[in-house]
Amino acid sequence: MTSDKANPEALSALDRPNSYIGRTVPRPNLDRLMQGRGLYVSDVELPRMAHVVFLRSPHAHARIISIDASAAKQMPGVIAVVSGRELSTVITPWVGVLSHLKGLKSAPQSAIAVDRVCWQGEAVAAVVAASRAQAEDAAEHVLVKYEGLHAVTDMRTALDPATPVIHASLGDNLAFERIHDAGAVDQAFAESDEVVDAEFVFGRHTGVTLEPRAVVADWNVAEARLTIYQGTQAPHMVQNIAALHLGLKESQVRVVCKDVGGSFGIKVHIYADEMATYALSKLLRRPVKFVADRVESFNTDIHARDHRCKGKIGVKRDGTITAFEIDDLTGIGPYSMYPRTSAIEANQVVNLVGGPYVTGNYRARARVVFQNKNVMCQYRAVGHPIACSVTEGLVDLAAMKIGLDPLEIRRRNLIADNAYPCASPSGLRFEQLSHHAALAKLVQMMDYDALRAEQAALRVKNVHRGIGIASFIEVTNPSAAFYGVGGAKISSQDGVAVRLDAQGSVICQTSITEQGQGSESLTAQIVGSVLGVSMDRVRVILGDTDNTPYGGGTWASRGAGIGGEAALQATKVLRKNILDIAAAILQSTPGELDIVNNAVVKVADGAPRIDLSELARIVYFRPDTLPPGVQPELMATRHFVPREYPFAFTNGVQASWLELDTDTGFVKLLKHWVVEDCGTIINPQLVDEQIRGGVVQGLGAALFEKCVYDERGQLTNANMADYLVPMSGEMPDIDVGHVVSPTLESELGAKGAGEAGTAGAAAAVTNAVNDALKPFGAIVTEIPLTPQVILTALGRI
Amino acid sequence: MKASAFAYARATSVENALDLLSVHGEAAKLLSGGQSLLPAMNLRLIAPELLVDVSQLVELRGIVVKEGVVTIGALTRHADLLKSPEIAAHAPLLMDAVAHVAHPAIRNRGTIGGSLAHADPASELPACMLTLGATIIARGPSGERRIAANEFFVGIYETALTPQELLVAVELPVTPINSTHFFHEFARRHGDYAIVGLAAQASVKDGGFADLRLGFFAVGDRPLLANSASKLVDVVITSAVLTEAASALDDELDPLEDQQATPAMRRLLAKVLLTRCVFALLARPDLCAGVSA
Repeated sequence: MTSDKANPEALSALDRPNSYIGRTVPRPNLDRLMQGRGLYVSDVELPRMAHVVFLRSPHAHARIISIDASAAKQMPGVIAVVSGRELSTVITPWVGVLSHLKGLKSAPQSAIAVDRVCWQGEAVAAVVAASRAQAEDAAEHVLVKYEGLHAVTDMRTALDPATPVIHASLGDNLAFERIHDAGAVDQAFAESDEVVDAEFVFGRHTGVTLEPRAVVADWNVAEARLTIYQGTQAPHMVQNIAALHLGLKESQVRVVCKDVGGSFGIKVHIYADEMATYALSKLLRRPVKFVADRVESFNTDIHARDHRCKGKIGVKRDGTITAFEIDDLTGIGPYSMYPRTSAIEANQVVNLVGGPYVTGNYRARARVVFQNKNVMCQYRAVGHPIACSVTEGLVDLAAMKIGLDPLEIRRRNLIADNAYPCASPSGLRFEQLSHHAALAKLVQMMDYDALRAEQAALRVKNVHRGIGIASFIEVTNPSAAFYGVGGAKISSQDGVAVRLDAQGSVICQTSITEQGQGSESLTAQIVGSVLGVSMDRVRVILGDTDNTPYGGGTWASRGAGIGGEAALQATKVLRKNILDIAAAILQSTPGELDIVNNAVVKVADGAPRIDLSELARIVYFRPDTLPPGVQPELMATRHFVPREYPFAFTNGVQASWLELDTDTGFVKLLKHWVVEDCGTIINPQLVDEQIRGGVVQGLGAALFEKCVYDERGQLTNANMADYLVPMSGEMPDIDVGHVVSPTLESELGAKGAGEAGTAGAAAAVTNAVNDALKPFGAIVTEIPLTPQVILTALGRI
Repeated sequence: MKASAFAYARATSVENALDLLSVHGEAAKLLSGGQSLLPAMNLRLIAPELLVDVSQLVELRGIVVKEGVVTIGALTRHADLLKSPEIAAHAPLLMDAVAHVAHPAIRNRGTIGGSLAHADPASELPACMLTLGATIIARGPSGERRIAANEFFVGIYETALTPQELLVAVELPVTPINSTHFFHEFARRHGDYAIVGLAAQASVKDGGFADLRLGFFAVGDRPLLANSASKLVDVVITSAVLTEAASALDDELDPLEDQQATPAMRRLLAKVLLTRCVFALLARPDLCAGVSA
């Protein structure tokens, strides 16, 4: 690991003896989860709890003529069958727009469809019964009469005048358009030696969390309080929105989020069926459980990507990139998702294209259109894989055109490591990136020259291997600029409260959440290190709006950078408070004392002076022995939000080495490398595995994953046999390296690492496939790179 | 999702199972390993009224080699086949094929009888039965029936079995000592159903084929024992001969379109498999380059 700490002499709270920072330590929740003692929403069983099954539309677009639930209501175990109209008395509809995305429009969406269904899978009625099986049986007896409407499915024709408008009140099917023009693009293209263009196509895919979306909503009439048990990334956001649409105060809603089996952005949104479950509990005055099954997960969990992006790059013979231009089109389903909206991904594409490079000439248009398919929204690495694939694909095409090595064109155009702070042509501000250091490290890790030699030797034997490189930037630690400024009640700050208990252990409440990525571990590592106690003495509480400070949660690679800094600052205060009391007890001064290994010690010789448990005993049980006027505060709370930079950008570079069977179109991944710079690394293993997991999701998009819709808007592969997720057998070894440029905006210096892997993996693979295809003069710019796509490009079928 | 309500009976003997089948007819479904049946029920694609669980009929499980015949009980699991010394010695093609069947968890429960009776055109074992010239033994109300493999598979998920019959065993001739085999399939991921697959058995003599049986799967609505194999037997194999055989194979195929491949892609892959099979069995790398698939 290369460390570029700005000021290594000054010891921060993190560099203390026995610090856990930068160490791979086991996650505190591991035993609980490995022993099957986790508590997922499915495990929650409450007295009088009922189960809801949603009857879902088989049509992509249809008018609901009638719903006859009389037979279903007679079925065994059935408690209620509720239509959208009936539920609308309890819960109000919503519109997924944000004011900072100018012009973004959407139509009101209801918890259960009223009068009209707009995608195959939209809920038409809720069947509530004593068990899920009984509800499914009854659902088969609800008779719904539909009148089919024209389904708008092809995003390319969604804006044609001949195409019906999905929401008449909106006037057209355009949800959002953004145009950006920086520098002098036309002039730059005119002065280029070569201009290359291509259309990049990205399949629609989804997150496929191991644990599906799940909710238990429990309306307690006596307390007039709703408790929502939900696997969510953002409990306070859920609290705000549930209260808003059920006509409650936020204090009347508690959101409890225990263990979550993967989220990846899937569980950071507000879904209609989840809203319906809250409302059903209120309507029926009993706990109601909804657990999505795998088929409805495919049909209703947000989809992502599905972009067609035309790109253009200008280059001079010496390799200088002169300009980028893109025209991006994406279809988001019939509604903009609530509350984060479905315009963010396209907006990110505009923001991020060309981001790693020096050129200031950049023009972009992005259009977001409605269609009668499942809703689309933010999924891991929002917009990044598209921007990275387009940018890096264009850079490679330009290099190919002028006969320059892909490494060399990047060396000549990546922003210099000493050029910071600076801004991208789309206006993103970079504090400190390390593209060149990362690239140099990557080249060394993969032994680039040896691979090129191997590639050449094998080509003679008709074995076609390819190398693909992809530099990228990643948005992390978002400030209020992401959502707050647009009017969404999604907090960008996080809070942490730490307190010393009566035996000298620490209880830490944090507003970030844990979905498997290690939030609990990193928080305990920071608290233990800063305070000077062992990690086993730190208990972390997360995911409960009644019992944690107010905050955003875990999404957009923000947990470590924002929640971690809040933990650091809160613990510093607690530490100071403890040392003040210790000084009073020991008739010393705080400056002469330190906390090491769970005890207050003398700085001068490290000699133990008083154990924390003894200090706590005195504070809590014998305060009468303390000097007059001393009031101990063994609990401290701090909040943090980045203020200087809207986002803490990170950077990195990935490489793929693969073999292409040119007879069959099959791709075999041989090896993958990532070098990334997320600033301070708290737990190297957690970071490396985040990167690897992200890469695997990116490889899934590159080779396998696609939601296949037919022209009538039917999702035709909504099961785990036909929707191909990446599996271990096809995954290569993934080597991860780091460059460390801490952000100076926090004392911790951590930026995010959750999305870097996903951001660049598909671009690296696509570039490698095109490298392998070079002798055949074929180029592929569509993912997933199925054998069918590759054989077609090769002209073999 | 949950299956619709169904009745369940655990058969105590083959006779008991047959009795239950004759009483309930098409309303009943046989449960052996459950690896295809139960997912279909949970998706509510099928809703049998009665499951007749034959999985405990130990007499239907096991492998016996006698007088040049390998008899495999219908309830023999894929995992049993994979570790059977008898299969390794006398039907090694089957061992290679089973390694491609799904994943260990599925191979631990799935049975050969279940797989053959299910007759998924993309699964491995039906094609192996054709290649190996198997006889499928069924028992019904009127006694035992022996069905040649090439008459057993009649369409997608369709076999010559009647609703009253129970597949009890398969018989394979012991593979001759000088015989050699080839098994390969193209699947998007390890363990997926094949896009196209080939199970081949051959006798090689003087650098050519004295006998060649090519069992293709996922190239139509049922496994295909390719007649075009005859074009490669008792001739000197050249690129031209191979191209002609590939062309003849093309005429025999009737591939379906699905999520993974168009018919054109299946045709191409089948011909690539043919070429690679011949190349591997004859150890003739020169052939690979010269053939236009």
